[in-house]
Amino acid sequence: MKHMALIITIVLMSFGNGASQINSFEETHLDRPDNSLKVFNFEELQSYLSAKDAKKTYVINFWATWCAPCVKELPYFEQLNTKYSNHNVEVILVSLDFPKQIETKLKPFLKKNALKSEVVVLDDVDSNTWIPKVNKNWSGAIPATLIYNKDKKAFYERSFNYKELETEVKQFIK
Amino acid sequence: MKNTFKTLLAIVAFIATTAFTPVGTGYDIGDIATDFELENIDGTMVSMADFKDAKGFIVVFTCNTCPYAVAYEDRVEALNKKYADKGYPVIAIMPNNTDVKPGDNMAAMKARAKAKGFTFPYLMDKGQKIYPQYGATKTPHVYVLEKTKKGPQVKYIGAIDDNYKDASAVTKTYVEDAVDALLVGKEVPEAKTRAIGCSIKV
Repeated sequence: MKHMALIITIVLMSFGNGASQINSFEETHLDRPDNSLKVFNFEELQSYLSAKDAKKTYVINFWATWCAPCVKELPYFEQLNTKYSNHNVEVILVSLDFPKQIETKLKPFLKKNALKSEVVVLDDVDSNTWIPKVNKNWSGAIPATLIYNKDKKAFYERSFNYKELETEVKQFIK
Repeated sequence: MKNTFKTLLAIVAFIATTAFTPVGTGYDIGDIATDFELENIDGTMVSMADFKDAKGFIVVFTCNTCPYAVAYEDRVEALNKKYADKGYPVIAIMPNNTDVKPGDNMAAMKARAKAKGFTFPYLMDKGQKIYPQYGATKTPHVYVLEKTKKGPQVKYIGAIDDNYKDASAVTKTYVEDAVDALLVGKEVPEAKTRAIGCSIKV
Protein backbone atom coordinates (compact mmCIF):
# COMPACT_ATOMS: atom_id res chain seq x y z
CA MET A 1 0.00 0.00 0.00
CA LYS A 2 2.82 2.33 0.90
CA HIS A 3 4.47 1.52 -2.42
CA MET A 4 1.28 2.28 -4.28
CA ALA A 5 1.15 5.76 -2.76
CA LEU A 6 4.77 6.32 -3.75
CA ILE A 7 4.17 5.17 -7.30
CA ILE A 8 1.12 7.41 -7.64
CA THR A 9 3.13 10.35 -6.30
CA ILE A 10 5.90 9.71 -8.80
CA VAL A 11 3.46 9.36 -11.67
CA LEU A 12 1.69 12.58 -10.70
CA MET A 13 4.93 14.48 -10.35
CA SER A 14 6.09 13.25 -13.71
CA PHE A 15 3.28 15.15 -15.36
CA GLY A 16 4.63 18.45 -14.07
CA ASN A 17 2.75 21.36 -12.59
CA GLY A 18 -0.83 22.22 -13.20
CA ALA A 19 -1.69 19.49 -15.61
CA SER A 20 -1.56 16.87 -12.91
CA GLN A 21 -4.43 18.44 -11.01
CA ILE A 22 -6.81 18.10 -13.88
CA ASN A 23 -9.40 15.41 -13.88
CA SER A 24 -9.21 14.73 -17.58
CA PHE A 25 -11.92 12.06 -17.55
CA GLU A 26 -14.62 14.46 -16.46
CA GLU A 27 -13.70 17.25 -18.79
CA THR A 28 -13.09 15.45 -22.06
CA HIS A 29 -16.77 14.61 -22.26
CA LEU A 30 -17.51 18.27 -22.75
CA ASP A 31 -16.48 18.51 -26.36
CA ARG A 32 -17.85 21.92 -27.10
CA PRO A 33 -17.30 23.99 -30.23
CA ASP A 34 -15.19 26.56 -28.36
CA ASN A 35 -12.98 23.64 -27.48
CA SER A 36 -11.73 23.37 -31.04
CA LEU A 37 -8.04 23.80 -31.54
CA LYS A 38 -5.93 24.28 -34.66
CA VAL A 39 -3.38 21.53 -35.20
CA PHE A 40 -0.67 22.39 -37.71
CA ASN A 41 2.36 20.81 -39.28
CA PHE A 42 5.34 23.14 -39.57
CA GLU A 43 4.54 24.29 -43.07
CA GLU A 44 1.11 25.35 -41.91
CA LEU A 45 2.55 27.05 -38.83
CA GLN A 46 4.96 29.14 -40.85
CA SER A 47 2.42 31.88 -41.56
CA TYR A 48 2.57 32.58 -37.81
CA LEU A 49 6.33 33.00 -37.92
CA SER A 50 6.60 35.87 -40.38
CA ALA A 51 4.88 39.22 -39.96
CA LYS A 52 1.31 39.21 -41.19
CA ASP A 53 0.53 42.64 -39.86
CA ALA A 54 3.42 45.07 -40.40
CA LYS A 55 2.41 47.14 -37.36
CA LYS A 56 2.40 44.23 -34.96
CA THR A 57 4.98 42.60 -32.73
CA TYR A 58 4.43 38.87 -32.39
CA VAL A 59 5.47 36.85 -29.36
CA ILE A 60 5.53 33.14 -30.19
CA ASN A 61 6.01 30.85 -27.21
CA PHE A 62 6.74 27.14 -27.68
CA TRP A 63 5.41 25.18 -24.72
CA ALA A 64 3.59 22.03 -23.58
CA THR A 65 1.40 21.08 -20.63
CA TRP A 66 3.99 18.48 -19.58
CA CYS A 67 6.77 21.10 -19.47
CA ALA A 68 6.79 22.49 -15.93
CA PRO A 69 8.88 25.63 -16.62
CA CYS A 70 6.63 26.36 -19.61
CA VAL A 71 3.48 26.14 -17.51
CA LYS A 72 5.12 28.34 -14.89
CA GLU A 73 5.78 31.16 -17.35
CA LEU A 74 2.41 31.01 -19.16
CA PRO A 75 0.78 33.59 -16.84
CA TYR A 76 3.51 36.08 -17.81
CA PHE A 77 2.71 35.63 -21.48
CA GLU A 78 -0.98 36.02 -20.70
CA GLN A 79 -0.28 39.17 -18.72
CA LEU A 80 1.82 40.52 -21.57
CA ASN A 81 -0.90 39.76 -24.10
CA THR A 82 -3.49 41.63 -22.05
CA LYS A 83 -1.35 44.59 -21.07
CA TYR A 84 0.20 45.17 -24.50
CA SER A 85 -2.69 44.34 -26.80
CA ASN A 86 -3.21 48.05 -27.44
CA HIS A 87 0.49 48.37 -28.26
CA ASN A 88 0.05 46.00 -31.18
CA VAL A 89 1.56 43.03 -29.38
CA GLU A 90 0.08 39.61 -30.02
CA VAL A 91 1.00 36.47 -28.09
CA ILE A 92 0.64 33.08 -29.76
CA LEU A 93 1.18 29.95 -27.70
CA VAL A 94 2.42 27.04 -29.81
CA SER A 95 1.76 23.82 -27.92
CA LEU A 96 4.02 20.83 -28.52
CA ASP A 97 1.75 18.51 -26.58
CA PHE A 98 1.57 14.99 -27.94
CA PRO A 99 -1.34 14.67 -30.37
CA LYS A 100 -2.86 11.80 -28.42
CA GLN A 101 -2.97 14.05 -25.34
CA ILE A 102 -4.75 16.98 -26.98
CA GLU A 103 -8.14 15.78 -25.79
CA THR A 104 -7.06 14.32 -22.47
CA LYS A 105 -4.57 16.92 -21.27
CA LEU A 106 -4.24 20.02 -23.43
CA LYS A 107 -7.92 20.93 -23.87
CA PRO A 108 -8.77 20.43 -20.18
CA PHE A 109 -5.70 22.51 -19.31
CA LEU A 110 -6.76 25.35 -21.60
CA LYS A 111 -10.26 25.24 -20.21
CA LYS A 112 -9.15 25.22 -16.61
CA ASN A 113 -6.71 28.08 -17.06
CA ALA A 114 -8.94 30.06 -19.43
CA LEU A 115 -6.05 31.23 -21.59
CA LYS A 116 -6.79 34.38 -23.56
CA SER A 117 -3.87 34.19 -25.99
CA GLU A 118 -4.30 32.23 -29.20
CA VAL A 119 -3.21 28.61 -28.76
CA VAL A 120 -2.27 26.38 -31.69
CA VAL A 121 -0.75 22.90 -31.72
CA LEU A 122 2.34 22.02 -33.71
CA ASP A 123 2.36 18.36 -34.66
CA ASP A 124 5.35 17.68 -36.88
CA VAL A 125 7.76 14.84 -36.12
CA ASP A 126 10.46 16.03 -38.50
CA SER A 127 11.92 18.37 -35.90
CA ASN A 128 15.41 18.13 -37.36
CA THR A 129 14.06 20.00 -40.37
CA TRP A 130 11.81 22.55 -38.71
CA ILE A 131 13.72 23.49 -35.53
CA PRO A 132 16.52 25.26 -37.46
CA LYS A 133 13.86 27.07 -39.49
CA VAL A 134 12.49 28.66 -36.32
CA ASN A 135 16.02 29.60 -35.28
CA LYS A 136 19.35 28.17 -36.33
CA ASN A 137 20.64 28.19 -32.74
CA TRP A 138 17.68 26.41 -31.14
CA SER A 139 18.78 23.07 -29.68
CA GLY A 140 15.17 21.98 -29.32
CA ALA A 141 14.67 22.47 -25.58
CA ILE A 142 11.45 24.10 -24.42
CA PRO A 143 10.40 26.61 -23.23
CA ALA A 144 11.53 28.70 -26.17
CA THR A 145 10.25 32.04 -27.41
CA LEU A 146 10.44 33.96 -30.66
CA ILE A 147 9.72 37.69 -30.72
CA TYR A 148 9.52 39.48 -34.03
CA ASN A 149 8.08 42.34 -36.01
CA LYS A 150 8.76 43.55 -39.51
CA ASP A 151 12.08 45.11 -38.45
CA LYS A 152 13.68 42.55 -36.19
CA LYS A 153 13.59 39.13 -34.71
CA ALA A 154 14.97 37.58 -31.54
CA PHE A 155 14.94 34.03 -30.23
CA TYR A 156 15.24 32.86 -26.64
CA GLU A 157 15.86 29.27 -25.55
CA ARG A 158 15.13 30.02 -21.90
CA SER A 159 12.46 30.74 -19.28
CA PHE A 160 11.15 34.21 -18.51
CA ASN A 161 9.67 36.01 -15.56
CA TYR A 162 7.26 38.84 -16.35
CA LYS A 163 9.79 41.63 -16.01
CA GLU A 164 12.33 39.96 -18.27
CA LEU A 165 9.69 39.27 -20.88
CA GLU A 166 8.36 42.82 -20.77
CA THR A 167 11.90 44.20 -21.08
CA GLU A 168 12.48 42.18 -24.24
CA VAL A 169 9.16 43.12 -25.78
CA LYS A 170 9.68 46.81 -25.02
CA GLN A 171 12.67 46.75 -27.35
CA PHE A 172 10.30 45.90 -30.17
CA ILE A 173 7.64 48.53 -29.60
CA LYS A 174 8.38 52.17 -30.10
CA MET B 1 30.43 61.72 -36.16
CA LYS B 2 28.97 61.47 -32.71
CA ASN B 3 25.78 60.11 -34.20
CA THR B 4 27.62 57.50 -36.24
CA PHE B 5 29.31 56.34 -33.06
CA LYS B 6 26.01 56.19 -31.26
CA THR B 7 24.46 54.16 -34.06
CA LEU B 8 27.44 51.82 -34.04
CA LEU B 9 27.14 51.41 -30.30
CA ALA B 10 23.45 50.65 -30.63
CA ILE B 11 24.19 48.05 -33.32
CA VAL B 12 26.89 46.43 -31.19
CA ALA B 13 24.54 46.38 -28.19
CA PHE B 14 21.81 44.85 -30.31
CA ILE B 15 24.10 42.13 -31.66
CA ALA B 16 25.42 41.44 -28.18
CA THR B 17 21.95 40.87 -26.80
CA THR B 18 20.54 38.89 -29.70
CA ALA B 19 23.40 36.95 -31.28
CA PHE B 20 24.83 35.58 -28.08
CA THR B 21 21.75 34.24 -26.41
CA PRO B 22 22.76 31.13 -24.45
CA VAL B 23 23.69 28.63 -27.09
CA GLY B 24 25.69 25.49 -26.38
CA THR B 25 29.11 26.19 -25.04
CA GLY B 26 29.65 22.45 -24.87
CA TYR B 27 31.19 20.00 -27.27
CA ASP B 28 31.15 20.19 -31.01
CA ILE B 29 31.92 17.41 -33.46
CA GLY B 30 35.59 16.43 -33.17
CA ASP B 31 36.04 17.60 -29.57
CA ILE B 32 37.48 15.23 -26.97
CA ALA B 33 34.98 14.46 -24.23
CA THR B 34 36.15 14.33 -20.64
CA ASP B 35 35.53 11.17 -18.68
CA PHE B 36 33.27 11.21 -15.63
CA GLU B 37 32.81 9.20 -12.48
CA LEU B 38 29.12 9.06 -11.65
CA GLU B 39 26.95 6.92 -9.41
CA ASN B 40 25.00 4.19 -11.14
CA ILE B 41 21.60 2.87 -10.02
CA ASP B 42 23.39 -0.18 -8.55
CA GLY B 43 25.45 2.04 -6.24
CA THR B 44 28.74 1.59 -8.13
CA MET B 45 30.68 4.46 -9.67
CA VAL B 46 30.92 4.32 -13.47
CA SER B 47 33.48 5.91 -15.81
CA MET B 48 34.07 5.49 -19.52
CA ALA B 49 37.55 4.24 -18.55
CA ASP B 50 35.90 1.15 -17.01
CA PHE B 51 34.92 -0.07 -20.46
CA LYS B 52 38.30 -1.38 -21.57
CA ASP B 53 36.99 -3.21 -24.64
CA ALA B 54 34.64 -0.50 -25.86
CA LYS B 55 35.33 1.18 -29.19
CA GLY B 56 33.17 4.08 -28.16
CA PHE B 57 30.01 5.08 -26.34
CA ILE B 58 26.45 6.12 -26.90
CA VAL B 59 26.02 8.71 -24.13
CA VAL B 60 22.34 9.57 -23.63
CA PHE B 61 21.27 12.41 -21.34
CA THR B 62 17.82 11.29 -20.29
CA CYS B 63 15.43 11.17 -17.34
CA ASN B 64 12.26 9.62 -15.97
CA THR B 65 10.00 12.64 -16.10
CA CYS B 66 10.28 14.04 -19.63
CA PRO B 67 7.63 12.63 -21.98
CA TYR B 68 10.09 12.72 -24.88
CA ALA B 69 12.65 10.80 -22.85
CA VAL B 70 9.98 8.30 -21.85
CA ALA B 71 8.92 7.91 -25.48
CA TYR B 72 12.48 6.88 -26.29
CA GLU B 73 13.18 4.53 -23.33
CA ASP B 74 12.61 1.32 -25.26
CA ARG B 75 14.64 2.60 -28.20
CA VAL B 76 17.57 3.47 -25.91
CA GLU B 77 17.41 -0.04 -24.48
CA ALA B 78 17.33 -1.43 -28.03
CA LEU B 79 20.42 0.60 -28.92
CA ASN B 80 22.31 -0.93 -26.00
CA LYS B 81 21.20 -4.46 -26.94
CA LYS B 82 22.29 -3.92 -30.52
CA TYR B 83 25.57 -2.08 -29.99
CA ALA B 84 27.03 -2.96 -26.56
CA ASP B 85 28.49 -6.21 -27.90
CA LYS B 86 29.77 -4.44 -30.98
CA GLY B 87 31.77 -2.07 -28.79
CA TYR B 88 29.37 0.86 -28.41
CA PRO B 89 27.53 0.51 -25.08
CA VAL B 90 24.89 2.99 -23.99
CA ILE B 91 25.68 5.10 -20.94
CA ALA B 92 22.62 7.01 -19.76
CA ILE B 93 23.09 10.09 -17.57
CA MET B 94 20.27 11.81 -15.67
CA PRO B 95 21.14 15.54 -15.64
CA ASN B 96 18.18 17.14 -13.82
CA ASN B 97 18.25 18.80 -10.42
CA THR B 98 16.28 16.30 -8.33
CA ASP B 99 15.13 19.02 -5.92
CA VAL B 100 13.20 20.49 -8.87
CA LYS B 101 12.26 17.08 -10.30
CA PRO B 102 11.92 14.61 -7.43
CA GLY B 103 10.60 12.11 -9.97
CA ASP B 104 14.17 11.87 -11.25
CA ASN B 105 15.85 11.08 -7.94
CA MET B 106 17.98 7.98 -7.44
CA ALA B 107 15.11 5.93 -6.00
CA ALA B 108 12.91 6.83 -8.96
CA MET B 109 15.73 6.10 -11.42
CA LYS B 110 16.20 2.66 -9.86
CA ALA B 111 12.47 1.97 -10.01
CA ARG B 112 12.24 3.06 -13.63
CA ALA B 113 15.28 1.06 -14.70
CA LYS B 114 13.90 -2.02 -12.98
CA ALA B 115 10.43 -1.61 -14.47
CA LYS B 116 11.82 -1.14 -17.98
CA GLY B 117 14.62 -3.69 -17.61
CA PHE B 118 17.42 -1.32 -18.56
CA THR B 119 20.63 -3.21 -19.29
CA PHE B 120 22.78 -0.07 -19.49
CA PRO B 121 24.23 2.06 -16.69
CA TYR B 122 21.84 4.83 -15.63
CA LEU B 123 23.96 7.43 -13.89
CA MET B 124 23.12 10.44 -11.77
CA ASP B 125 24.90 13.66 -12.78
CA LYS B 126 25.21 14.57 -9.11
CA GLY B 127 25.96 18.26 -8.72
CA GLN B 128 25.14 18.73 -12.42
CA LYS B 129 28.80 19.03 -13.41
CA ILE B 130 28.90 16.79 -16.47
CA TYR B 131 26.00 17.86 -18.70
CA PRO B 132 27.25 21.47 -19.05
CA GLN B 133 30.65 20.21 -20.20
CA TYR B 134 28.94 18.24 -22.94
CA GLY B 135 26.61 21.11 -23.72
CA ALA B 136 23.47 19.03 -23.31
CA THR B 137 20.40 21.27 -23.10
CA LYS B 138 17.56 18.79 -22.96
CA THR B 139 16.42 15.23 -22.48
CA PRO B 140 16.88 13.12 -24.50
CA HIS B 141 20.17 14.43 -25.93
CA VAL B 142 22.64 11.95 -27.43
CA TYR B 143 26.41 12.09 -27.88
CA VAL B 144 28.13 9.29 -29.80
CA LEU B 145 31.80 9.12 -28.87
CA GLU B 146 34.59 7.16 -30.53
CA LYS B 147 37.66 6.12 -28.55
CA THR B 148 40.80 7.64 -30.04
CA LYS B 149 44.39 7.99 -28.81
CA LYS B 150 43.51 11.52 -27.66
CA GLY B 151 40.43 10.32 -25.78
CA PRO B 152 36.73 9.80 -26.52
CA GLN B 153 36.04 11.96 -29.55
CA VAL B 154 32.59 13.42 -30.24
CA LYS B 155 31.25 12.02 -33.52
CA TYR B 156 27.53 12.66 -33.30
CA ILE B 157 25.29 15.04 -31.34
CA GLY B 158 21.53 15.12 -31.37
CA ALA B 159 18.39 13.05 -31.65
CA ILE B 160 17.94 9.29 -31.59
CA ASP B 161 15.79 9.21 -34.72
CA ASP B 162 13.29 11.31 -36.65
CA ASN B 163 10.01 10.24 -35.07
CA TYR B 164 9.46 10.62 -31.34
CA LYS B 165 5.82 9.61 -31.64
CA ASP B 166 6.06 6.31 -33.40
CA ALA B 167 9.11 4.04 -33.50
CA SER B 168 7.59 2.07 -36.36
CA ALA B 169 7.29 5.20 -38.52
CA VAL B 170 10.94 6.22 -38.16
CA THR B 171 12.63 6.95 -41.49
CA LYS B 172 16.04 8.12 -40.23
CA THR B 173 17.85 6.26 -37.45
CA TYR B 174 20.42 8.97 -36.74
CA VAL B 175 22.25 7.27 -33.86
CA GLU B 176 22.31 3.82 -35.49
CA ASP B 177 23.55 5.36 -38.73
CA ALA B 178 26.31 7.14 -36.82
CA VAL B 179 27.46 4.02 -34.95
CA ASP B 180 27.18 1.81 -38.05
CA ALA B 181 29.42 4.26 -39.93
CA LEU B 182 31.98 4.35 -37.10
CA LEU B 183 32.04 0.56 -36.91
CA VAL B 184 33.20 0.33 -40.51
CA GLY B 185 35.55 3.30 -40.28
CA LYS B 186 33.38 5.70 -42.24
CA GLU B 187 32.38 9.28 -41.61
CA VAL B 188 29.10 9.76 -39.74
CA PRO B 189 26.56 10.68 -42.46
CA GLU B 190 24.64 13.26 -40.42
CA ALA B 191 26.71 14.39 -37.44
CA LYS B 192 24.30 16.87 -35.86
CA THR B 193 20.52 16.70 -35.62
CA ARG B 194 17.88 18.42 -33.58
CA ALA B 195 14.75 17.37 -31.76
CA ILE B 196 12.38 18.80 -29.22
CA GLY B 197 13.12 17.85 -25.65
CA CYS B 198 12.58 18.93 -22.07
CA SER B 199 15.00 21.57 -20.86
CA ILE B 200 17.41 20.24 -18.24
CA LYS B 201 16.13 21.35 -14.84
CA VAL B 202 18.61 23.42 -12.84
